[in-house]
Formats: sequence, structure tokens, C-alpha cells
Amino acid sequence: MILDALLLQLGYNATLVTIGAALLGMAAGVGGTFLFLRKRALVSDAISHATLPGVCVAFIVMAMLGGDGRNLIGLLSGAAASAALGLLCVNWLSTRTRLAEDAAIGAVLSVFFGLGVVLLTVIQTMNAGRQAGLEGFLLGSTAGMLRSDALIIAGSAAITLALVVLLRRPLTLASFDPEFATATGQNVGRTDLAMMGLVLAVTVVGLKIVGLIMIVALLIIPPVTARFWTERTDHVVVISGALGGLSAYIGAALSAALPHFPTGPIIVLVGFGFFTLSLLAAPGRGLASAVIRHRRFQRRVHLRQGLLALAQGQPIYEPLTLRLLRREGWALLDGVATDDGRARAAKALRDETRWQTIRSDPDFEAAAAHYDGLRAIETVLTPDQIEEVDRMIGAPRPVQT
Amino acid sequence: MSGAEFVPLSLVPMLIGICVAVACALPGNFLVLRKQALIGDAISHVILPGIVVAFLLTGAVTTWPMLFGAAGAAVVAVVVIEAVVRLGRIEPGAAMGVIFTAMFAAGVLLLEQSDTSSVHLDVEHALYGNLESLIWLDAVGWSSLFDRQALAGLPVELPRMAATLLFVAAFIALFWRPLKISTFDEGFARTVGIRTGPLGFALVIVAAIAAVAAFDAVGSIIVIAMFICPPAAARMMTNRLEHQLLWSAVFAVVSAVAGYTLAAFGPLWLGLSASVSAAGMIATLSGIILALAAMFGPHRRRGAG
Repeated sequence: MILDALLLQLGYNATLVTIGAALLGMAAGVGGTFLFLRKRALVSDAISHATLPGVCVAFIVMAMLGGDGRNLIGLLSGAAASAALGLLCVNWLSTRTRLAEDAAIGAVLSVFFGLGVVLLTVIQTMNAGRQAGLEGFLLGSTAGMLRSDALIIAGSAAITLALVVLLRRPLTLASFDPEFATATGQNVGRTDLAMMGLVLAVTVVGLKIVGLIMIVALLIIPPVTARFWTERTDHVVVISGALGGLSAYIGAALSAALPHFPTGPIIVLVGFGFFTLSLLAAPGRGLASAVIRHRRFQRRVHLRQGLLALAQGQPIYEPLTLRLLRREGWALLDGVATDDGRARAAKALRDETRWQTIRSDPDFEAAAAHYDGLRAIETVLTPDQIEEVDRMIGAPRPVQT
Repeated sequence: MSGAEFVPLSLVPMLIGICVAVACALPGNFLVLRKQALIGDAISHVILPGIVVAFLLTGAVTTWPMLFGAAGAAVVAVVVIEAVVRLGRIEPGAAMGVIFTAMFAAGVLLLEQSDTSSVHLDVEHALYGNLESLIWLDAVGWSSLFDRQALAGLPVELPRMAATLLFVAAFIALFWRPLKISTFDEGFARTVGIRTGPLGFALVIVAAIAAVAAFDAVGSIIVIAMFICPPAAARMMTNRLEHQLLWSAVFAVVSAVAGYTLAAFGPLWLGLSASVSAAGMIATLSGIILALAAMFGPHRRRGAG
């Protein structure tokens, strides 16, 4: 059953929804990256909550005009209109008043959502409102979707994705380096507007699939996940799009195959699964690699301190240092140096003396700046320079008696 | 309207609304000034899985396990968000977005998976609450306020919310100076010996307590709206923190009273039969107050006096 769903074998509607979700996920992943890089990720939360009054007003108007209140295009147009209004309010509050953007976001999302809830209760009292099913917009519901609705969603998701692909260059430039973008003659304000337009499109198309409370996850989780795997903006965009598409695809398929698996939460949780995996295992920024890096560093510090102690004939009590020295074959069980260990220790001490010499000599200032107690001196000085330093230190002299 | 109608049906929801509004608005002042306004939003989303887990463990919709579950989930979320910010070097806003949506999704999924059809526990309830249903059946009129037997039948939400309000107010009064100093100048606060880290965490915890207690009675919309709108509107009115807190409390009370009244009786005045969601109406009114303050408030602009 799950395999059937993943291979798109569950009937025409489910297939359309799954493909639509995947396209939308890709568009959201890419669009969300720009939002994330501009540090405005949570603006999308205000936009998505602000869709609710629009959906309700559209329903009421359509029902009053005698039409079918559930017409998806009408509902989504209403959603887009009120979401745009919400976005304008956020921008106005955060630029024209002393409120910070986060307070503006919170105010808009709670007030618009509150108004939406009031309108929902109004609709429940209307005759046409009994089976409106507008609650489906809160948490997303793709079960029992009309074929025409599925077609609309798949189609508009494809258009959104095409828009994202079309706008990727100016968006990348503006989100990576707004000053440079302005200097090259790009109108960053307009690019920002285009970005918000894209986010709005993703939100509105995603309403029916993921629901307005969780659509923000589709825009935030993929870029944050992608950020773990690369340091390059263009790669973040591609990886984030792929992750978004993949989680939406898997989520929608699972939800179609299993009972009591609402689409929205499953998509979000699949995306969160990828996030957790990346947080733990990503190379470079992940948790595991951070632990490994730390252990490696710890080992170098202990080995070096151990060698210096051996060279100066001090006893070593620290168990980790002893164990590491033994494992390298530089010391015996009782902490006495082996021949190899003595040679290494002498070298470590010599290098330390060399470092101290160049640190007190202004001629070597640039090289000496690299001193951190661990760096091998051969990596900052040429063999000629090391010879010169050794001449300054002087050769071992016989002891005067 | 006569007391015989007002006291049993409207007095208690209105009082609860006022307690919730003020209990959330007071800590909200500090959250808004510290640019942590969205914490209320995050908390009200993450307590859903906590409540569902508490329900699954106890098998019944009872108050204390649910409050503990919700508080536990809120603490887990705060810790996890902090961990993601530190370990993954992600900006706090995005980290919050990842965690609260994921936890909310987990809550919805758990709810769908478990058989809760027999009890009153669903996502809609968690979102809008049910302020209107908190009626005082034993009351017959104003005289019931002095009738011990009738008072015993008071909905438990009212004393609980009043206690929460007292607790929040006591916290702010007790830590007034450190809170004020650390909110405006964290560096200075540290130099005079205030431990800003624990204090900030305590503030978030107090906000979480207010949110969890309120959530049970009225749902999460009011909670989010009251954390932000009254303090934000109050910020447009004054530059003094003391006055801002007073203004925010006034705005909160006005939103609660007017919002409840409009929701319960507004449709009747328009000739409709049923009432609309009180929680939604209170949130809407607080937004209207904020809009008015943002347009006409004496201190609405940045840096202007």
C-alpha cells in the first residue's frame, strides 16, 4: 500500500495531489531559502494566518451571491487578498511605527486569525455554511478532494515552481548581498516584493494541502536543513528545493495510503525527520562531526602536553594523556618514554623553543601570529628560516665544569 | 439586562477573559521590548502535543495532568529551540519556526491517531477555546456572589486564572528593577550584577505558565493576541515602562470586555440569532486598538520623543 502510494498507483486524484504536493514542496523549499537568508522566515507565519479571514469572506460573498461557496478558485483568491493585506500591515507596522518586526508579525497573525475565527462562527450559523468544510483549511485535508480541485492545486503548484525558477537569479543576489545587488542596478525593494509574492503564492496554494497553521514549516524547515550541508547560497537553494519536494512527496503519499494520517502534519514531520538527521549527521555543521572535531582537538592537546612533559622529565599523572602516549608507542605503561617517544619529545621541546624565539623577534611577526600552541612550525616557516632560527637559539653546548 | 441573566451566563466568561488578557499582557510588555514577541505564538503551538500526551497517558480530560503536560511541552520546546540555535548555529527565528511547527504537527497527528472522539478534545478547541461555555449554572442573580453554595459551583477556570494573574503580577513586582534594567540595557544589567540569563529564562517560563493556564480556558488565539497587541499598543502611548504596563492592562481589559460583549450580543443587535466566537472577537478588538494606537498614538514613531 505504501509502496503503491510512493509509486503513484493509488488512483488519479491521489496521484495528482501527490505530484502537486511535490511541486509545491519544491517551490516552497526554494522560495523559503530566500526568506531564510533575508532572516524573515517568520513573516510567512503572519501571511499564512492572514489567509483565514479572506477565505471566510470569499465563502460568505459567494454563498450570498447564490453560487457555490466552496469554489476553490474563489476561496484561494480571497485568501491571497487578505494575506496580501496582512503582509502590508506587517510592513507598515515594522517600518512606520516603533514596533519591531517580530511584534508586527505576532500582532497581524493573531488579529487576522481571530477575525477569521469570528467569521468561521458566522458561517456556521448560515444555512449554506453547515457543510462548508472550511476547517480543512486550518490543518489541510486532501482526502475526498474533488478532481477539479486537485487539478487546480497541481497546476498552480507547477506555475509557482516555474516562477521561482524564473526569478532565482535576482532573488539569490538580493538575499546574498543586498548592497551589491543595489550597486549593480537591481531594485532590491522590488525583488523583496517579488519574494513576498512568491511566498504568498506558496502559502495560498498550500492551504488545502498542508493547512494554514503548518504551511510555514514548508517554507522554513527545508532551507534550515539545507544550510547544514553546504556553505554556498546556490547549493542551499537547490538542496532546499529537493528536500522540500521530497518531504512533500513522501508525506502526501503516506497520507494517501494510510488511514488517519492527515497530509499536513505528515509532510511537516517528514521534513522534520530530514532536519533531525542533518542536525546529527551533516558533515561540518552537524552534531556528530562537531563531537569528532572536538575529540581530535582534545587528542592533539593531550599528546603535545604529554610530549613536553616527557621532554622535561616531569611525571605524567593524567590518565588520558598516558593512554594516548602509550597507544602511539611513545611511552611505556609506567609513563617512561620509549626511544621514539624521547625523540618526539625532544623535537616538541625544540619546536617550542623555536616558537618562543620567533615570537620575540619582530622579523618573524607574521609567522609568529600563527602560534596557538598546537601548530607545527614547519607549516609557517621554510626550512631555511628554521635553520636561521636554530642559529639564533644556538647549538647545545657542553656543560661548564 | 437583568442580573438574573447576566450573572450566570456572562459574568464568569467576562471575568475569565479579563484575567487571561491581563495575565498575558503584563509579561507581554517585556517580551515585546526584548524582541521575543513570538514566544507566545510558539508556546501556544507546542503545548498541543503536551496536552495530547497527557490525555493518552491518563485517558481522561482532567485538568492537572493536562496542565503538566502542556507546561512540560513548553519547557521541552524552549530547551530544544535553544539547543538548535547553539548547536546548529541557526538564527533564533528560524529555529523557533522549525520546532514549533514540528511539535504542533506531532500533536495533530497524535490526536488523529488516538481515539478521542468520545471526549471533548480537538484541534479547533485548542485554537479557539470555548469561553462561552464557562457558565455559572448555580447563580440566580447578583445575590449569588454572596451565596456560599452558589460560589462552590463556580467554574474552576475562574479561580485558577485569577491565581495565575496574581502569580504573574507578583513575579513582575518582585523582579521589577532587574527586569526593567535588563530589558533596556543587558550589558549594564550584567555590570551591576544582575544574572540576565536566568532572569530571561524565568520571564519565558512565567509567560509559558500564563499561556498554559489561559489556553485551557480560552484557546490559543487570545493568548497570542494578548501577549502582543495590548503591549504593542501601549508602547505607542508612552515612553515610561510603568505607564506602558498600565496602558497595556487597560487595553487588555477593554478588549476582553468589549470583545466578549460584541461576540455575545453584537449579532443579536444585527438581527442574527446566534453568537460568534468570543475568543476571536477579543483578538480582533485588541487588533483594532493596536491599529488606532499605531495611527494616532503620541509615541508611535521610532525615536520621536
